[in-house]
Amino acid sequence: MTINEKQDELIEDFELFDDQLDKTQYIIDLGKKLSPIAEDYKTDENLIRGCQSKVWLHSEMRGDVVHFEADSEPTAQISKGLVSLLIKILSDEKPEDVANADLYFIDKIGMSSIITSRRAGGLASMIARMKEFAQRATEKVS
Amino acid sequence: MLDIQKIRQDFPILNEVINGKPLVYFDNAATTQKPLPVLNALTRYYEHYNANIHRGIHHLAEKATSAFEASRHKIQTFLNARHVEEIIFTYGTTDGINLVAQSYGRTFLKEGDEIIISTMEHHSNIVPWQMLCEEKGCVLRVIPINDEGELLMDEYEKMLSEKTKFVSVVHVSNALGTINPVAEIIEKAHAVGAKVLIDGAQASSHIDIDVQALDCDFYVFSLHKLYGPTGMGALYGKKDILNAMPPYRGGGEMIKEVTFAKTTYSDLPYKFEAGTPNIADVVAAYTAVEYVETLGKKQIADYEHELLVYGTDALNTIGGLRLVGTAKEKVSVISFVMDGIHPQDVGVILDQQGIAVRTGHHCTQPLMQRLGIPGTSRASFAVYNTKEEIDKLVVGLERVKKMLS
Repeated sequence: MTINEKQDELIEDFELFDDQLDKTQYIIDLGKKLSPIAEDYKTDENLIRGCQSKVWLHSEMRGDVVHFEADSEPTAQISKGLVSLLIKILSDEKPEDVANADLYFIDKIGMSSIITSRRAGGLASMIARMKEFAQRATEKVS
Repeated sequence: MLDIQKIRQDFPILNEVINGKPLVYFDNAATTQKPLPVLNALTRYYEHYNANIHRGIHHLAEKATSAFEASRHKIQTFLNARHVEEIIFTYGTTDGINLVAQSYGRTFLKEGDEIIISTMEHHSNIVPWQMLCEEKGCVLRVIPINDEGELLMDEYEKMLSEKTKFVSVVHVSNALGTINPVAEIIEKAHAVGAKVLIDGAQASSHIDIDVQALDCDFYVFSLHKLYGPTGMGALYGKKDILNAMPPYRGGGEMIKEVTFAKTTYSDLPYKFEAGTPNIADVVAAYTAVEYVETLGKKQIADYEHELLVYGTDALNTIGGLRLVGTAKEKVSVISFVMDGIHPQDVGVILDQQGIAVRTGHHCTQPLMQRLGIPGTSRASFAVYNTKEEIDKLVVGLERVKKMLS
């Protein structure tokens, strides 16, 4: 599935809920399903600045795709859920696709109350970090 | 007895619907909502007598100037200051503290002098003093607190010496609601010859303030926490001290005469009010103070205390919730943490239920470090809040627990 196909699927999932709280519950539950990250990856280098709550992001190349893993401090369940959305969309995709991705799902899933308050901090930094890694990977390839 | 339903009608914003639910506004310690008379005063100013003040000769300038100065008199009475020129208009509490740190501090404090603040200060009452200490080589000392969030007064006394030149403490803690024994703090500081500033940002809407009875040297507060407009506040200072202080911003009404060789400065209060002030908001501040006076400070305080007691009992019924800040003397602020739940997540899920609270470190990071927590969720009540709204908060918090368990 392409990044945009994954985004469209996610947008459809969110259309099933008309209540904000149900959407949030869905995000929290997705966060809970996120595979745990190795403790070794919880380094200062992997810590995302701008998050009120702590989130770590590990990026690596697996073959010709970029692979992302992330985790949050245990209490920050909504942050973890939001990160899991990004991983769902961007992980295991070609670096150039990640670097050029237009993440329109953020505006479309109707969670602006959560996302805008975090966009300035955590989520935006997280996206920037993912794209930066992908960009560097494309440069190495070419 | 206050008629709360009638008071609520004065605040149009309380009819807002958030995420399909009626707004419950519990972020009053950050800023209060504004009643219709204040909103009308702002509009009336711009519609009928907007003009720059003090120098204009025309009718509108005259009218704006007298409304502006009427506010100064109103705040003088509100604080019970002896002289009207002891009231300096500022952009808010933070601005007032910076004014004192920069003007008084840079002039009268020197290397080795000690400045005392407390563990529960807002960053606004920490950073200006740190900047001063860095510049002048003064030493910052900090009054510790107990686990309930009360100042350790005996530790404070031990800190005082002839080296103590300035004490700057908060009247009421924004994060915990603690009311500090400021009269005692001032008296003890004066006994060693130190000057005292009281940060009244959180006190002005809850507590009767009498600067003469307190005998503080400076008192600062913001109008937007007192049902008034944002971007304006007042600094009270004793006249002889203010007279001895140099202006710290130049330009506009603060001058007497300017030549390229030398500038002489205006008298109080104008020498501290450089540039065109925030005229409309100063004018509307009159109405805000009048609104509070009409309701009655005592009646407001009594009702808010009722909400505090009711809210404390109600929140204590929620398992896994712990109150932070349980001082004996408190205003209507309830800070809390929930087991295994990040304060930010509490805030997001409450918001989705239309309930506005503040979460995080409340600009008191050193206090949070002392308490060993990253932050809290804080519900702070104003006169227009109700017990029914507190019931909604309890339901909202039960939902938070359910969603995140």
